[in-house]
Amino acid sequence: MDMQGKFIPRAQLDDWLAELAARFRVWTPRRAGQEDSGAVVYLPEARQPELNRKPTESAKRVIFPRSEPLLRFLRKPDPDQTGQKSLELQVPDADGPNLVFGLPPCDARGFLVLDPVYAGVKGQAGDSYYLRRRSQTVLIARACSRALTTCFCHWVGGSPSSTEGLDVLATEIQEGFLLQPLTPQGEEVLDSKLLLSAGKEQMEAAQSAWQAAEKTLGPGADMQGAQEALRALFDNAAFWQAEAASCLSCGVCTHLCPTCYCFNITDEAVGEKGVRLRSWDACMFSLYTQEASGHNPRQDKAARLKNRIGHKFSYYPELYQTRNACVGCGRCIKSCPSRLDIRAVLTKALALSRPAAGKPETTAPATVRPAAKPKVNKPATSKPVAAKPGAAKRGKEASHA
Amino acid sequence: MAVQEELKKIILGLLPQVDCVIGWGPGPDLLCASPYFMRRPEEVDNFLAGPMATQNTALYLPEYKGKKVALVVKGCDSRSVAQLLAEKLIAREEVRIIGFPCAGVADMGKIAARLAPHGEPGEAEKAVYGEKELRITMAGRELVLPLAEIKADKCLRCAHPNAVFSDHFAGEKAAGNDDEFKDLAALETMSLEDRFSFWEKEMSRCVRCYACRNACPLCVCRDHCVASSRDPHWLTQADGVSDKLLFQVTHALHLAGRCTGCGECQRACPAGIPVLLLKRALSRAVEGLFGHSAGLDPETRPPLLTFQVEERTIKEKAW
Ligand code: SF4
Ligand code: SF4
Ligand code: SF4
Ligand code: SF4
Repeated sequence: MDMQGKFIPRAQLDDWLAELAARFRVWTPRRAGQEDSGAVVYLPEARQPELNRKPTESAKRVIFPRSEPLLRFLRKPDPDQTGQKSLELQVPDADGPNLVFGLPPCDARGFLVLDPVYAGVKGQAGDSYYLRRRSQTVLIARACSRALTTCFCHWVGGSPSSTEGLDVLATEIQEGFLLQPLTPQGEEVLDSKLLLSAGKEQMEAAQSAWQAAEKTLGPGADMQGAQEALRALFDNAAFWQAEAASCLSCGVCTHLCPTCYCFNITDEAVGEKGVRLRSWDACMFSLYTQEASGHNPRQDKAARLKNRIGHKFSYYPELYQTRNACVGCGRCIKSCPSRLDIRAVLTKALALSRPAAGKPETTAPATVRPAAKPKVNKPATSKPVAAKPGAAKRGKEASHA
Repeated sequence: MAVQEELKKIILGLLPQVDCVIGWGPGPDLLCASPYFMRRPEEVDNFLAGPMATQNTALYLPEYKGKKVALVVKGCDSRSVAQLLAEKLIAREEVRIIGFPCAGVADMGKIAARLAPHGEPGEAEKAVYGEKELRITMAGRELVLPLAEIKADKCLRCAHPNAVFSDHFAGEKAAGNDDEFKDLAALETMSLEDRFSFWEKEMSRCVRCYACRNACPLCVCRDHCVASSRDPHWLTQADGVSDKLLFQVTHALHLAGRCTGCGECQRACPAGIPVLLLKRALSRAVEGLFGHSAGLDPETRPPLLTFQVEERTIKEKAW
């Protein structure tokens, strides 16, 4: 890590963000809504970031918006052919550079999951909309001072002070932040008269903050063999039905997730004028796999949950030969109306694939920090189906993932 | 909790007769439970009832058509069951209802707001609900939140804490409160412009996840919703407030006279948008116009799903 750190007192943070706002569209996590409800959402507002609660949603919308115009179209009478219409297409203006301040490190790692999908691997064309924004977005993460019960970044290679995918790491110390540049872009944004240079003492304070945060995480998990374990369960409908029993088939998990990247494309026209939109879609929605014929290969919520978890920990890492498509941010657990726990499903899947380690454990009702041992309610109906060699064969479902 | 133990006995007794018993069990933390589907006696050990049992168990009933299930219900859950029955969306002989005197559930938003100076709920190292308070240990410090302060608003105004009907009941019936729709006052004293900007601001956080819709036990369209139908394409997928609000208004109107006020739509919303207010306004209107409250009687048809030449409460000829 670069030792040329800077320091900003907390009281000056807004001034620095305001200075940056002259060059970037600055996004910060902000508390919005009524006192007893509301949420922490990323807003293009360069002031008073919420630093006591973790953001409810992920930062992915900064680079991959909830809905974005891909092109605008206009049908006009064709002057050359009476009665015919010509089509005028217009690519929307590109927006300027973005900077996100205060995202948790797992959100930044989320973009590393999106990258291979949109960068055009294996000689395919990349997604210009995504890539343009990606290359023009500076990420300043804030090391987490404490993990939540739902956090499990350390299961999937992350940590509360992970620097992966960051331009700057900010660590809260001594009523301010130590700011460490990690890329040339990061160095550039730290070139400000408002920032003081940081000394050895501040580096040490940051180091002990990272260690303290690390200790607030529950024990890790051995994820070895997750790909195979999930593949082996592909045809075990009973397992997935039991796991999905409480699922609502809503899009909370996918829409808050920093790594879910599926979209839909619609033409939204009013009269002769319209826009082609790309907007978030979710594999948890029934319509996602609805085919024009009326057939739906994923008939029930169990098949959809299987896809979501299978995709994160099996199909994606296999397809892209890379990391899991989950950064362990825990949002899909924390905000799930049924509080379905992706860790518990994963743990059960792994346990079923490890005959020696034996059966899934039963729930201990009174533990409070379950990251230590994710609750494992023995699925009532899911007798582990002996995985036959052919059971790993994937249907057409998987290729849709 | 004595009632919880009594409920477990009833559940154990019913297990052999049903496909499963739906109640609540341990969630990822002790602040909030998860819906829990019990099939085997040993699973009943982990059954939970109390302030953490927030979810409406009635939501799952239509999925179990053709199978027999038993359901543990809070008062509000039982109203959803009654409404499902009134609309013939489920069959009476397929459900067994287990009631108990509900003392109200915790509101996670209120807990978060009370904890805000110290941290957030997910940082709790320990959480124990007592009779009157929630004790949370955070960063080595114990914080005590009186239940009265963290109870969901719907519970503070709940008129039916006991199941409105049941096949089994554990414990002594509890007293209810009056519902005077006071929650609507703040909005109604606003000018129309202010009210609109209130909704614009709130809905701007909507991520279109449709948890509000899918958590509603009385939403009958779900997978065929106008908000996501592709052909015809009723609502644009643009990230604008007007379409998001249009969906909320659609949901509220579809629920007029059917909504029992269970509040699941609002509880489920990850963005903390007070979408229940819209439905509450319509519930009050239906009560005023037709003298009807939804989910009190499995035999009564909701007024907007039927037609009377002369409505009992509307004297057309008198106009
Ligand atoms: S799957 Fe869940 S825990 Fe993993 S990155 Fe997505 S929201 Fe976070
Ligand atoms: S609304 Fe009534 S029945 Fe429902 S949880 Fe609150 S107190 Fe219990
Ligand atoms: S609209 Fe909301 S309050 Fe009414 S029944 Fe549906 S979920 Fe319950
Ligand atoms: S649950 Fe909330 S965020 Fe999701 S669609 Fe409904 S109002 Fe929008």
